[in-house]
Amino acid sequence: MSFSFRFDPVELPPEAKELRQEVRAFLRQEAEAGTFAPGDGKGSFSREFSRKVGAQGWIGMTWPKKYGGHERSHLERYVVTEEMLAARAPTRAHSTADRQSGPVILRYGQEEIREKILPQIARGELCFCIGLSEPNSGSDVFAASTRATKTEGGWLVNGRKIWTSGAHHADYMIALLRTSPPTKENRRHGLTQFLVEMKTPGITTRPIINLTGGHDFNEVVFDDAFLPDSHLIGDVDMAWKQATDELAYERSGPDRWIETFPALVELVRRAGEEPSERLAEGIGREVAHLATLRRMSLSVAGMLQAGKTPSVEAAVVKDLGTNFEQALPDKVRLLAPQTGDSEPDSNDDRFEEALRYATLIAPKLTIQGGTREVLRGIIARGLGLR
Amino acid sequence: MNDHTDNIIVDTATRIFQDLCEPTIVNDAEKGVWPKALWDALEESGLPLAWVPDGLGGAGATMADGFAVLRVAGRFAAPVPLAETLMAGWLLSQAGITVPSGPLTIAPIHVDGHVALRDDGRLSGRARRVPFARNTSHIAVLARQGGEPAVALVAAPDLAISQSTSLAGEPRDDVSFDGAAPVAMRPVSLDEDLLVSFGAAVRLQQMAGALEKILEQSVQYALDRSQFGRPIAKFQAVQHNLAILAGEVAAAGAAADAAAEACSGPEISVAEVAIAKVRGGEAAGTGAAIAHQVHGAMGFTYEHSLHHATRRLWAWREEFGNEAVWARRLGRMVATHGADQLWPFITQGS
Repeated sequence: MSFSFRFDPVELPPEAKELRQEVRAFLRQEAEAGTFAPGDGKGSFSREFSRKVGAQGWIGMTWPKKYGGHERSHLERYVVTEEMLAARAPTRAHSTADRQSGPVILRYGQEEIREKILPQIARGELCFCIGLSEPNSGSDVFAASTRATKTEGGWLVNGRKIWTSGAHHADYMIALLRTSPPTKENRRHGLTQFLVEMKTPGITTRPIINLTGGHDFNEVVFDDAFLPDSHLIGDVDMAWKQATDELAYERSGPDRWIETFPALVELVRRAGEEPSERLAEGIGREVAHLATLRRMSLSVAGMLQAGKTPSVEAAVVKDLGTNFEQALPDKVRLLAPQTGDSEPDSNDDRFEEALRYATLIAPKLTIQGGTREVLRGIIARGLGLR
Repeated sequence: MNDHTDNIIVDTATRIFQDLCEPTIVNDAEKGVWPKALWDALEESGLPLAWVPDGLGGAGATMADGFAVLRVAGRFAAPVPLAETLMAGWLLSQAGITVPSGPLTIAPIHVDGHVALRDDGRLSGRARRVPFARNTSHIAVLARQGGEPAVALVAAPDLAISQSTSLAGEPRDDVSFDGAAPVAMRPVSLDEDLLVSFGAAVRLQQMAGALEKILEQSVQYALDRSQFGRPIAKFQAVQHNLAILAGEVAAAGAAADAAAEACSGPEISVAEVAIAKVRGGEAAGTGAAIAHQVHGAMGFTYEHSLHHATRRLWAWREEFGNEAVWARRLGRMVATHGADQLWPFITQGS
């Protein structure tokens, strides 16, 4: 009997290696054209950039061609994703839809909706957000109480979603809504996934400014907002059955270990060609963590490609990955050569900016998309402990 | 999640260890009792010479098979020089030397090793902490002949061996090669650095196996042991520690796979080995600490077998370069490439 989770090695096929070079060339070109500044903090939001990525065929890569997809492998998709993230390209207008919302619609959405929505996502024209958290339903996702009530031809929605990243940009939300009370046997029963057009009358989006001073997350209020029947995703009351594979997609990707990477890049720049023993050792340790995480993340992409649903493995990668990326800025801070007034370093400014950004976003990394505590609970269940 | 794999070589190894590598055998070996039945069964199976081609007296298995066997050996804390015989077979084969039977080991195990061939055809030099030297028939020595690397096959009984042990109680002997005449000696196209890198990859497999073992033991113990009226596995604090342990075990497994791959091609990738030994070494420390915490006082006894794996983890993470040594080396490689090449450095090879 073995309790260990396996992360079998994945060899990238030649086409994925070629693709990596294509993506790098594209990103270089875009950076030179001034579309974005590589390594500039968090990849920001640009519909123009997302449309260009869509035109390259790099959104919805694994989806069927009849829905605007490209029928390429999860490994190729993985390569595109990690190259975009490593360069801090502005992918936020399409990344959620590409990673999470599109696959959910593809798997559980109604045919009419698939045909309408998926090609637009693949072209980089649609921005999605995810309506999970509520004021009284955070880690306890299945406690959601925002109601969808059946009415003529559709559903009426009332309630509030909160901490919704990118809702102010989004064209659509995939929302988890209460359609029945939970049962005694199954407290996760009674929730249903819906496609929500954000322009629907009765929906109000209010900003919540985060501690960096930035506007990412929001409160979304529903007041008798009408959703047509066609926007029902999957089976009524049965969302809990649909949620697990979604999380496998969400939790294992490069975005779960690469967020603070620019701080490490800038530390290497500050270190120069001949770093002290201490600095070399510190850099080496972080690179070893990063490279191993990447390997594990790639392995999960291989499992997805093989048609598996590696939910626990994805939780392992996210737990290790987010803890790594969260701890990184503090390691970088203490390793960096100290400069004062007498010997300023020409790279000081960009180093400080990268470190500042990484330090400020660090707290959220082990909260968003499933807290550390939730993930460890999932892993413990995978070990047979609960 | 069971003992059967689709690999017949791994299944064979697992069966042998299940039958002949009981915890009492491991304890007896520490007292100096050679586990003859275990070694004989291994030798009969051909596993120790898996990395030796048919033409040089071996089994001609793949590199991957040999590494997979080492992971199983690590799980069982096999107190025999299986890893060392595999390495010696590999090293001798690199030089085209026919591999003798019997337990073997390699020297040196440090990058600054300096055994050399004298003008009179005999060797000079010492090697410290050679694993299992006292138990072997021959030692495969990476030596220098006129400054160029060569492999010497030396009969162990001819050598002056000063006995010592690792903190796991395994033989780690200091060996003097002064005046020893090699049975065979041929030039080879690798150096001490690559040999140590290869050794690190070998130890990483054993470490990955030992970590799998302590995860299994810890989960089982947490399910079996009750306190405050329920199994300690039901306490969230214990669950979270075990979840961390599972993550470290998974990371060490992935790192070991990477190192094995890096040592299976025509060229050894030192950067990949460096990454793996740093990460695997860290996992060994973090993992062993959690396993002990979960086991409480019971795990601190000699009677309980947890220490078979944890003491070996502490010994193995130190051998063929510890985390600090490899991290410094890796950091210098990264610095040489420069900041803008960090990402290409990380993605190279894939």
